[in-house]
Amino acid sequence: MAMTLVEKILAKATGQPSVKAGDVLEPKVDLAMSHENAALVINQFTEIYKDTGIPLKVWDPSKIAIILDHRVPAESSKTATNQKKIRDFVGKQGITKFHDIRGDEGGICHQVLPENGYVIPGSVIVGTDSHTTSHGALGTFAFGIGATEMASVWTLGTVLNVDVPGTIKVNVNGKFSSGIYPKDLILYLIGKLTAEGANFKVLEFHGETIKNMSTSGRLTLSNMSVEAGATSGIVPADEETLRYLLEEAFVGYKGELLKPDIDAKYDRVIEIDASSLSPQIACPHTVDNVKPISEIINVKVNQIVIGSCTNGRLDDLAAAAKILKGKKVARDVRMLVFPASWRIYKEALKQGYIADLMDAGAVIMNSNCGCCLGVHQGALADGDVSLATTNRNFKGRMGNPNSEVYLCSAAVAAASAITGIITDPRGVK
Amino acid sequence: MLLHTSKVVALMPNDISTDIIYPGRFMATVLPTETPQYCFADMVELNNRLKNKEIPPNSVIVAGANFGCGSSREQAVSTIKGYELIIVAKGFARIFLQNSVNLGLKTVVCPTIEADEGDELEIQQDSVVNVTKGKSFPVEPLPKARQAIVDAGGLIAYTRKRLLEKYPNR
Repeated sequence: MAMTLVEKILAKATGQPSVKAGDVLEPKVDLAMSHENAALVINQFTEIYKDTGIPLKVWDPSKIAIILDHRVPAESSKTATNQKKIRDFVGKQGITKFHDIRGDEGGICHQVLPENGYVIPGSVIVGTDSHTTSHGALGTFAFGIGATEMASVWTLGTVLNVDVPGTIKVNVNGKFSSGIYPKDLILYLIGKLTAEGANFKVLEFHGETIKNMSTSGRLTLSNMSVEAGATSGIVPADEETLRYLLEEAFVGYKGELLKPDIDAKYDRVIEIDASSLSPQIACPHTVDNVKPISEIINVKVNQIVIGSCTNGRLDDLAAAAKILKGKKVARDVRMLVFPASWRIYKEALKQGYIADLMDAGAVIMNSNCGCCLGVHQGALADGDVSLATTNRNFKGRMGNPNSEVYLCSAAVAAASAITGIITDPRGVK
Repeated sequence: MLLHTSKVVALMPNDISTDIIYPGRFMATVLPTETPQYCFADMVELNNRLKNKEIPPNSVIVAGANFGCGSSREQAVSTIKGYELIIVAKGFARIFLQNSVNLGLKTVVCPTIEADEGDELEIQQDSVVNVTKGKSFPVEPLPKARQAIVDAGGLIAYTRKRLLEKYPNR
């Protein structure tokens, strides 16, 4: 029977010749990722084993990844104590894919996993973070789960009772015009689908635009697929995926590259002409409140944020540095830059992007998630407006329910830093 | 089958995010015994009514579509579970719904629900009856696979059972 990509991956993970949307399966997990919320997973994992007399041992310490990234370095003794508890557990269980608060290997989990070669095409990845969808960019079925569900995965090595999701096929063709980025594409798509338009479904990306897109751009698409409710956002692995694994993750991959069948059944097919896109802005307080920049008139911003698992990679920093080189961030704007990993930070230093951004007035922060979800650094005042390359603009998202967050590409963020109002980067000379 | 007779204590629109239910700034707090204090923290009046125990267990929040969208944080479920509230919504975001099943938070998918604050609801297996308005609304059942977790008393108990099956000689 013809299968979509997620059906192929799940057939492989359950050792069946074919599966179809609606089947209930128990797939084997290839990679199980957590961050600081591993502290809660540890509690629930211990609870499962309570009074069983069975020694407390995770199913496979080589398949568990824990990355400290949400509040690093710790902002409070409470967080520090949670992080210590995780460190102790990692040591006792022999978990190998552990990335502590370190400048040589740390960063945001959704960047650390791919850049270390942990994300292998065709695999099943779960993470206690909703943006685990990111890893679909390398042809995996990757989805977010809660802490108790992760404790169950640590115990059994499978995810219980997974409904095989239906799939929405997204065909994107045409070339981005200058100043347009994958972020504009995914914001446009979320606006079209709405915040629940892909709930319980997978987005599967196809077309020339996707084929020609770097893995970094694909990570942005997959990352934000969850903002349309999608369980996962998958780009079929291809030549670019192999290049990324070899050149940027330093692992060779010689396995199969799964492709959906040509006659696979899709719930819906969406066609997008990338050449017609203009910069897109998600306005407060929902991610699907998306407008082309031409409709955003004279919106004053107080804080610009470039970073996060969505848009804190080298190409984002390069786009921002290109616009800001030799220019100044407006006096009444604070600009914060959070590279997605320390490896990216180091490369941006080498390329001179960090110096360009600092000379313009940007503050370069350590690689972490904190600001995006309002838990650490970059808090907003009452009435403040933040323009950010992050992924969510819910009321209170950046820590203050009396502030507003707009979402955009790194180029829009950089152009707006100069003027202090939301600005189309295509007009910046 | 009648499961609960309950009063509607709050109405909420579509797209209630996990940032509304349990703001990120409290995420370092993880224990289910401690998370309830921050339930709907930025909806100050509701938060106070909950903390002052003015809202009895099995009271209902009626919400629109996509309730619980956003983060996978399980605190968003344990915080509501702490007060034993029932959420009747037109729809739920996937991770929130799964977390609710896993932790035993009562969630009811009722796509056509109509209710006002103070209305009395009879929550049944396959419908919600708004007694005050004299109208009945159908409930979408949980998939069978999810029901098995509910029946086992939550995912901890369900996984423990599976773990014990792996060690039959104990």
